[in-house]
Amino acid sequence: MRLTAQDIADVARLSRLELTEEEKETLAKHINRLLEHFEKLQELDTDDVEPTSHVIPVYNVFRKDEPAPSLPVEEVLANAPDVADNCFVVPRVVET
Amino acid sequence: MSDRLCNLTIHEIHELLRKKQVSAREIAESFIRRIEEVDPRVRAFITTTPDYALKQAEAVDQAISRGEAIGPLAGVPAAIKDNMCTRGIFTTCASKILYNYKPIYDATVVERLYMAGATLVGKTNLDEFAMGSSTENSGFFVTRNPWNLDTVPGGSSGGSAAAVAADECAFALGSDTGGSIRQPASFCGVVGMKPTYGRVSRYGLVAFASSLDQIGPITKDVTDCAIVLNAICGKDRRDSTSLDVPVPDFTQSLRADVKGLKIGVPKEFFGFGTDPDVQAAVRKAVDLLTELGAHAEETSMPSVEYGLAVYYIIAPAECSSNLARYDGVRYGLRVAPDSGTVTRQTRGSKSSIVSMFERTREQGFGAEVKQRIMIGTYALSAGYYDAYYLKAQKVRTLLRRDFDKAFEKYDILVTPTSPTVAFGIGERADDPYAMKLADICTIPANLAGIPGISVPCGFKNGLPIGLQIMAKALDEETLIRAAFTYEQHTEYHRKKPQL
Repeated sequence: MRLTAQDIADVARLSRLELTEEEKETLAKHINRLLEHFEKLQELDTDDVEPTSHVIPVYNVFRKDEPAPSLPVEEVLANAPDVADNCFVVPRVVET
Repeated sequence: MSDRLCNLTIHEIHELLRKKQVSAREIAESFIRRIEEVDPRVRAFITTTPDYALKQAEAVDQAISRGEAIGPLAGVPAAIKDNMCTRGIFTTCASKILYNYKPIYDATVVERLYMAGATLVGKTNLDEFAMGSSTENSGFFVTRNPWNLDTVPGGSSGGSAAAVAADECAFALGSDTGGSIRQPASFCGVVGMKPTYGRVSRYGLVAFASSLDQIGPITKDVTDCAIVLNAICGKDRRDSTSLDVPVPDFTQSLRADVKGLKIGVPKEFFGFGTDPDVQAAVRKAVDLLTELGAHAEETSMPSVEYGLAVYYIIAPAECSSNLARYDGVRYGLRVAPDSGTVTRQTRGSKSSIVSMFERTREQGFGAEVKQRIMIGTYALSAGYYDAYYLKAQKVRTLLRRDFDKAFEKYDILVTPTSPTVAFGIGERADDPYAMKLADICTIPANLAGIPGISVPCGFKNGLPIGLQIMAKALDEETLIRAAFTYEQHTEYHRKKPQL
């Protein structure tokens, strides 16, 4: 499998990356080089093998839904690029 | 006296403090001066925190003057990789996208070090978001190897390893997703351990690949490694993957005794174009352990050959998901949308907010990070998921089985930490595959979730060689005992770079 220029554009869109033309070319070259190495995995018969997503058993951890002190709003917002009325400001997303 | 304090190990500093031969302030000052002296050349730190360290030292001195008993880390200067959250202190992940980020809470490990009385001298450089093997992928600057400033310190915890090697801190914390503690420790001639997955809380560690990431110590010797482990291990309710198992006192394992220990030497780890001098140093180390009463034999772990491919599918897949949060909304860099965009998305055009996301990420992330996000997004996308991601997860199972089988027979596995010594800055920058080979011996332990340690075992052309020892999950004690025994019979860990 090889990534075409269209594949790169599609994956960039899914990744929310506005790539330059030069970057697209370099990425296609590098990713295709790595994909060649990944082909090696196809040598192995894994039909009856369970996939590993985690090395230890992971499960949901629940707690009671009880109110507890939260982080102060001013501190939480202190890192934001744009803030108004205790909210994060972003470009308009709903038409009025 | 005070000018040599920065050369000391944790346990040596503790002895001096306990006997009141020096103050915590003098200790902190010695390290702060050392940073001023050598860091303009080494460039291990993104942020230094001398005032903070002095304030913390002051508190330790007060405790001592009140006659309180102090713990082994009290007044000991630490450096922390800049992907672990420190409240009110820049935490950038060496990425432009977090250039101005000041966390509002401490990572659990940071909290634990503060509780133990350690002092913070600064935050260390890394490959952006811990993605890389040389610290050349830092979004800010390249860190240099103290043994030879024209070579890389390894990565991604290159700043932490270099800072320890250059005596800019008594110890450091790193994070290890595919070798990012052990490989730089090897390149810089210090001790680095990745504990068992789940031993140490990842709360406050900026996530890269969640099923592989683990925090661990980088120290000047194995004794210090055990001391730091004691402080950072244990269940944390804020990390659901942290293990609820008893934490032993790891310093009890500092015993020079390997009689009857069964060592496996998997031949595949020597076959990745491994430098003959590195091979020789590792085999010599095995011979030494054998002379001391261990039994060693060559073994085979065929699936190890596939480790790199498995890793470079799974890690990017997890990273593409974890890094989706950097969108310019809540923290970090924001780049304004293309002025031609409007609220509503139409065919062939994008909305302003999507344009803002895309431009922020385009300008905020470096080339390696973008590449991994792209690979991961591709591997997880419909139509390719089975061929790449699922296949990689299945081969990961095969690799775990090979380790399970090996540990039925052996107590520890001994290999090189990396196939070569530190390479030149810029030397591997253009070849994505050559760079990744540096991690080929360390990646398998992350995929299997087992602990691994790197200890110095020789030199080539003045550059350190690392010996990797791996043990089964949760058996850090055997790892420490074997590493300590080896260290007690060698002098490599006492060598210092000339700076």
